[in-house]
Amino acid sequence: MATTIQTHGLAAIEKAFAQAKAEKRATFIPYFPIGYPDYATSLDVITAFAEVGADIIEVGVPFSDPLADGPAIQAATQIALKNGTTPQHCVKAIGELRQRGIHTPMVLMGYVNPFMAYGYEKLTADAKKYGIDGFIVPDLPADEADDLQKLVDAHKLGLVYFVAPTSSPSRIRLAAQKSRGYIYLVSITGTTGAKEALPEELTQNVAAIRTVTQHPIAVGFGVNTPDQAKQLGQLVDGVIVGTALVKAAGKSVDEARNLAAALRNAL
Amino acid sequence: MTMPTVPDARGYFGPFGGRFVPETVIPALEELTAKYLELKDDPDFQNELYNLQRTYIGRPTPVTFAARLSEYLGGAKIYLKREDLAHSGAHKINNALGQALLTKRMGKKRIIAETGAGQHGVASATAAALLGLECVVYMGSVDMERQKPNVFRMKLLGAQVCPVESGSKTLKDAINEAIRDWVTNVRGSHYLLGSALGPHPYPMMVRDFQSVIGIEAREQIQQMAGTLPDFIVACVGGGSNSIGIFYPFRDDANVELIGVEAGGRGIESGEHAARFADEKISRLGMLHGTKSYVMQTEDGQIMETHSISAGLDYPSIGPEHAFLRHQERAEYTYATDEEALEAFQLLCKLEGIIPALESSHAVAEVIKLAPKLSKDAVVLVNLSGRGDKDLDTVINALSERGK
Repeated sequence: MATTIQTHGLAAIEKAFAQAKAEKRATFIPYFPIGYPDYATSLDVITAFAEVGADIIEVGVPFSDPLADGPAIQAATQIALKNGTTPQHCVKAIGELRQRGIHTPMVLMGYVNPFMAYGYEKLTADAKKYGIDGFIVPDLPADEADDLQKLVDAHKLGLVYFVAPTSSPSRIRLAAQKSRGYIYLVSITGTTGAKEALPEELTQNVAAIRTVTQHPIAVGFGVNTPDQAKQLGQLVDGVIVGTALVKAAGKSVDEARNLAAALRNAL
Repeated sequence: MTMPTVPDARGYFGPFGGRFVPETVIPALEELTAKYLELKDDPDFQNELYNLQRTYIGRPTPVTFAARLSEYLGGAKIYLKREDLAHSGAHKINNALGQALLTKRMGKKRIIAETGAGQHGVASATAAALLGLECVVYMGSVDMERQKPNVFRMKLLGAQVCPVESGSKTLKDAINEAIRDWVTNVRGSHYLLGSALGPHPYPMMVRDFQSVIGIEAREQIQQMAGTLPDFIVACVGGGSNSIGIFYPFRDDANVELIGVEAGGRGIESGEHAARFADEKISRLGMLHGTKSYVMQTEDGQIMETHSISAGLDYPSIGPEHAFLRHQERAEYTYATDEEALEAFQLLCKLEGIIPALESSHAVAEVIKLAPKLSKDAVVLVNLSGRGDKDLDTVINALSERGK
């Protein structure tokens, strides 16, 4: 396959959803931060995700003040920072993963201040160079993102906005209009982290989004087990899992690989 | 000079401000903005607030002519706006009570607050007790250690104080944790943010609730000194006491506005919280939902700051201050820990007033400024809080210095 010309950016994300749809299943989208528990291991974990069939991978950029994250991802990203992980390392890590032959679409997920410090122009230009397909920025709402949006569109990259259980119809329309690739539906009001049960209102949230857009919907925050993933997979187009995988990787790469495989196979 | 009306509808003060927060709380910010703008012009709400300001906070707080300090410094006449005499010991109650009333009007029953020095936590707990609201206060464990009496006060007032162990364990981390709580409990809780920062509408709303300081002082100083002041000096952490006294004077072109940041162990040491004084580490950035100057590494990680006063120990600054500086309407300087300690002691001895360490930074600037001015010059200082909470810190600092 190495000789095939790989699609990149928004097209690669769209292709991943189209492929899963053809197989009549939802996409599996694991999240993992670079630098946890250390740089080399984080690349091995991401490699394992690709090997077990992840459709898209969200690659986390550690930040000193991660206010949308729960305790597990906070702790992991603080360790990554102590290891000296920078946004530059995260960008280059994706380049290294591409060199290992991983063609799974990868989106960089991080907070706005480090991306601003990196420079949006350089970031979007480096995306092509290193093989980054898009961005997710939890503290950059769709109506504050014009600078980044223009560059993302010029480079034909993905840009994922959030819809929350509290979002009004006008906020849902805004996210739908501006998102490139998919919409990130937050399952619960709260920070990232596994919850006991998924809320009933999720079905209504999904229906509300479906009335305004054809964009794929991926659900995250609180997805914990293969059973939950299976249930969700029947409702939405993508299942995002972060915290549970970060916890598993805290034990070993194999634990993370096994959980990722189980989640993928549940879809 | 007439300053432009800020912020705009999206919460921008020129290039600063905005709303950079997770989507989950955007609807709550929209609701809050709409409700606040409605109540701002609602006579019932304003009357209720006015009556509580009079009968509960003890407003108007007086302006005191600091005769002995003026004489000692040998220059300008120095006047102190006595927010230290407001109920609960600082200006923080002006905003806490305003927002707590707003919380009731929104039909919410729980308030979330963060605190650094503990003054905003105490003010929030006080307002919550008065109005029968549940109150949760997040406080960095480092700050809990250096502000023990305020922790006890909050508990007495019925608030739940949650220690924050993440990051630098100070104010910025307490704000992170408060926002996490709010994101989770957004439907029934109001986030009672304590300074003129954060996402729109907080910088505007907190400024408005604190403007009572400047509105009163403007009248009082004219009665006492027969003129508007030549200088107004206030300390700037997030910037609520300073914006509260500056704002009603913004169109008085002859009144110079001076904000005093925390110089900590000196700018060269890198251990300070002077966001405007250190171009190497303070750049335009985004922290806690607003675009302003932020002390950060090259990689955009937020830096840990240092100040002897917990209330000034914060890596960013309210967006309206960035705007006032950008417009060259206000000037910003800093005072070091050492200078603040000197000022603290001087005000105790010469005026019989124990100032908060935060406010001592403003006094420190006056010590430098007043001797250079003529005897006719009038300097108004915002004495934002009282220093009882700081006695342990001062005792330790003085004994370390062998005094």
